[in-house]
Amino acid sequence: MAQHLAHPTSTGLDSRKLAMWAFLASDCMFFGSLIAMYEVSKDRSVVGPFPHEVFNIPYTSVSAFVLLMSSLAMVLALSGIQNANMRRFRIWIATTGLLGLVFLAGQVYEFTFFWRHEHMTLSHNLFGSSFFTLTGFHGTHVAIGVVWLFSLFLASFKKGLVTQEKSLNVEIAGLYWHFVDIVWIVIFTVVYLLSGAG
Amino acid sequence: MATQVAVGQARVEAEPFAQPRGLWSWLTTIDHKRIGILYGVTALLFFFIGGIEAMLIRVQLAAPNNDFVSADQFNQLFTMHALTMIFLGVMPLSSAFFNFIIPLQIGARDVAFPRLNAFSYWVFLLGALLLNAGWFFGEAPNTGWFSYANLTSPAYSPGHNVDYFVLGLQVLGISSLAAAFNFLVTIINMRAPGMSMMRLPVFTWMTLITSILIVLAFPALTVGVTLLMFDRFFSTNFFIPAAGGSPLLWQHLFWVFGHPEVYILILPAFGIISEILPTFSRKPLFGYSAVVFAGAGIAVLGFGVWAHHMFTVGMGPVPNAVFSIATMLIALPTGVKIFNWIGTMYGGHLDFRTPMLFAVALVGMFIIGGLSGVMHASPPVDSQQQDSYFIVAHLHYVLFGGSIMGLFGGIYYWFPKITGKMYKEALGKLHFWLMLIGFNITFFPMHWVGIEGMPRRIYTYNSGYGWDLWNLISTIGVFVLAIGFVVFIVNMWLSVTLGEKAADDPWDGATLEWTTPSPPPLYNFKHTPRVTSRIPFWSQKYPEVYGDDDHFHHHATDAAADDHAAEHAPASAHAVAHDEHAHEEAIHLPNPSYWPLVTAIGLTLVFAGFRWNYAYHAITYIGVVTLVVGIYSWALEPAMDDPAEHAEAH
Repeated sequence: MAQHLAHPTSTGLDSRKLAMWAFLASDCMFFGSLIAMYEVSKDRSVVGPFPHEVFNIPYTSVSAFVLLMSSLAMVLALSGIQNANMRRFRIWIATTGLLGLVFLAGQVYEFTFFWRHEHMTLSHNLFGSSFFTLTGFHGTHVAIGVVWLFSLFLASFKKGLVTQEKSLNVEIAGLYWHFVDIVWIVIFTVVYLLSGAG
Repeated sequence: MATQVAVGQARVEAEPFAQPRGLWSWLTTIDHKRIGILYGVTALLFFFIGGIEAMLIRVQLAAPNNDFVSADQFNQLFTMHALTMIFLGVMPLSSAFFNFIIPLQIGARDVAFPRLNAFSYWVFLLGALLLNAGWFFGEAPNTGWFSYANLTSPAYSPGHNVDYFVLGLQVLGISSLAAAFNFLVTIINMRAPGMSMMRLPVFTWMTLITSILIVLAFPALTVGVTLLMFDRFFSTNFFIPAAGGSPLLWQHLFWVFGHPEVYILILPAFGIISEILPTFSRKPLFGYSAVVFAGAGIAVLGFGVWAHHMFTVGMGPVPNAVFSIATMLIALPTGVKIFNWIGTMYGGHLDFRTPMLFAVALVGMFIIGGLSGVMHASPPVDSQQQDSYFIVAHLHYVLFGGSIMGLFGGIYYWFPKITGKMYKEALGKLHFWLMLIGFNITFFPMHWVGIEGMPRRIYTYNSGYGWDLWNLISTIGVFVLAIGFVVFIVNMWLSVTLGEKAADDPWDGATLEWTTPSPPPLYNFKHTPRVTSRIPFWSQKYPEVYGDDDHFHHHATDAAADDHAAEHAPASAHAVAHDEHAHEEAIHLPNPSYWPLVTAIGLTLVFAGFRWNYAYHAITYIGVVTLVVGIYSWALEPAMDDPAEHAEAH
């Protein structure tokens, strides 16, 4: 693969890692814009439901906890592959992906609940539009991450694709995954915990 | 030493690095120079189309109560003129230079991610076609390039015009972002040994700053356009006032992107003339670090001035004052650059070839545009000038007189390097004078009609306001510009087909791209160059004047470690000494690949089928499958041949 042949870089930092950092900077602005949109829009709905009426903070706290634990699993998966311990890598990368799936399932249940019981939809009112768009884009990021993690998990069964020397591939996926987690901490705080503060 | 080099060269030449031929080789190319040429030719094509749109606009406005085009056609023309010139003309023409020149200037064999680079180009081309597709149905975007809400809501824009705007910009944004990640990483990570950040050529610096601007500014556009897309396709309420939505939110998101975008358009041109002026003044750039930091300063301030586009929406005195002061502050770093360019020319042996003429024209025209810009940085003045032709005059003086003058200067400057042929100097000068005169005839009178109160974007006007004569003169100016463009195309065509063979270093240049043959071979450099000064090729050619970094001693500390190695090597007398240890390295070039093209097609199809009815949704599903297949095949395809096989081959 490329990284074996690549000339040493000027900074010593692998180019793909640097590109991932640049992407995450860009994604910061993406979520920053979405969160700004949410803050502008959430209290301007002309019909209900309104933010403080719908959120179940204990429920979402559990799913936030699940997502945070997936970051721990991600660290253990990276440590596994860096120490050439394939068994440990596979266990923890699969765990990370599964925890991500649990979070997504929680979000699907939450969305469905809002729709069934609160009559909240993407088009019903401005709060619905902004809530589903912001958390939906975060969910999409998680879903892409889950696909990525399981791709690494499956690739590890083919010889030579996921190895100690190529642990950077896992590290880069990890950077993305941790970033998505951090974004959720911000969204959880701004959207859920501060929902009554508007 | 000499023998070693000769041996190394012989071995390199024996390797099969001939230029591949045929259509397939262009579709699968990942060579930064070919991608640069693709960008350049495509950008000039769209520049031509944008110019035709401008001519139609001017013909319509040549006389009062004209009916050459209808009001709706006029709306489509001015909207597409702006979108085409910004996203399909100036940005990709800058990209063409990023691609062709940056790896050569930093002494690299290619960009950091050659396949991502090809992907950027194909996404750009397909996105450009998607944006323009509305023309074939008489429904091109017609709400202005800023497309203010809630004019763009389904209620007020029931046709598909805005859909082409939304989908086209989504695709083009992805192309710009992919290219920006690539060039950011390339410039930071692929520099030749000894090329510290403060030895980067200024064009490379401005490219880096532009890339950072794209990385940070485009997400706001993506979000804005996504919300608009949701409003139109999924009945959300973001910009619908009746449902509580805020049309102002669109303006903020758009200009948070849109103002840095202005610097994305101008900084590459600033970089280009910072190469041209020293070369044709026979002097190093005056105040290198001031020019670099001024560029960075413009970029930082550029994120804090977006609301000066919104002085008249009623933000209140405090925001207006803050954004007004920030806007005026931008004049400072810009002024620093202007003075440094003048300082570079001062006392130099000026050689007014075509590239130099364009560079000097940029300085002059940009000063005019900059001064009118400072005028409407003041909210009370702006409330008089807002939405008048005065603004049209201002923006064309900075974007045409600035960006496009600089980019054409770059075309002439690097034409011998890119094509290996020399352009016709007489035709080049003719083109320059037609363009400079035509430009001023077209746009200078707009200051007056603007002050006289003529609003922008009106498709016709009554006689008797004192606008008739100046509008007619503007229209005449456009035809002078058009003749100039024809001269340019003729010059390019004649020079490529019949031109004299260009020397490797026709301008006695200072930077690394001139150390390569014209046109450069597939691998750019036989040996990785080693750099010990800011003007490496001059240091090599004129060691008694520019032999070392003493002239720039106060900046040399960060490069000291690299120099240490170079100074202790026997070749250190030359700033572009070939690395004595590196020349044994084999040249590894990445393989051509069609997966970037496949992935780009998939991505564009995803957006192309987003709208209309279920039959069209099939296009999106096909796009999703193509995209997924493309991404996985790309990820699993080896970028280069297996190193083990390579080792055995030697």
